[in-house]
Amino acid sequence: MSDFENLSGNDKELQDFLMIEKQKAQVNAQIHEFNEICWEKCIGKPSTKLDHATETCLSNCVDRFIDTSLLITQRFAQMLQKRGGSGDL
Amino acid sequence: MAAGNMEKGELMSQVKQQIALANAQEMLSKMTEKCFKKCIQKPGKALDNTEQRCISQCMDRFMDAWNLVSRTYGNRLQREQYRSMQAVDMTN
Repeated sequence: MSDFENLSGNDKELQDFLMIEKQKAQVNAQIHEFNEICWEKCIGKPSTKLDHATETCLSNCVDRFIDTSLLITQRFAQMLQKRGGSGDL
Repeated sequence: MAAGNMEKGELMSQVKQQIALANAQEMLSKMTEKCFKKCIQKPGKALDNTEQRCISQCMDRFMDAWNLVSRTYGNRLQREQYRSMQAVDMTN
């Protein structure tokens, strides 16, 4: 991507375009990651359709994973504050 | 690949194509891994009918799961955006 960043230096339209495409790609990468994790948690034997319980599991899985990520970020920040930058972790 | 030699529209179109291709490759790679795990227990000399049917169903379920995960994530992003906008309103 760094070649593109050099090229787009003077071009606002190109810069905006690349930023949007990068964000879209990041969202997609995130979806792949969620699908990876939640497939393992929720899918048993593949059948003719996703039943209601499986759909609920997948949906909850995504939200709980995000909640977990937010919680860990919060508490980790608190942990760092408590240690007061003592250097050792 | 100098920008001067290529129309900007052409460049933008190529970038979109490459990103779409990378996404499709990731999708196929994951699908193959997951469905092999689900459907092939004891690898034999060929894929039998049961295994082939399982793989076919698994592919469809994988896409269903991907779409559901995608929708759930999109909804969550919207909710978080809405929540953060409300927080800004409250401070005004």
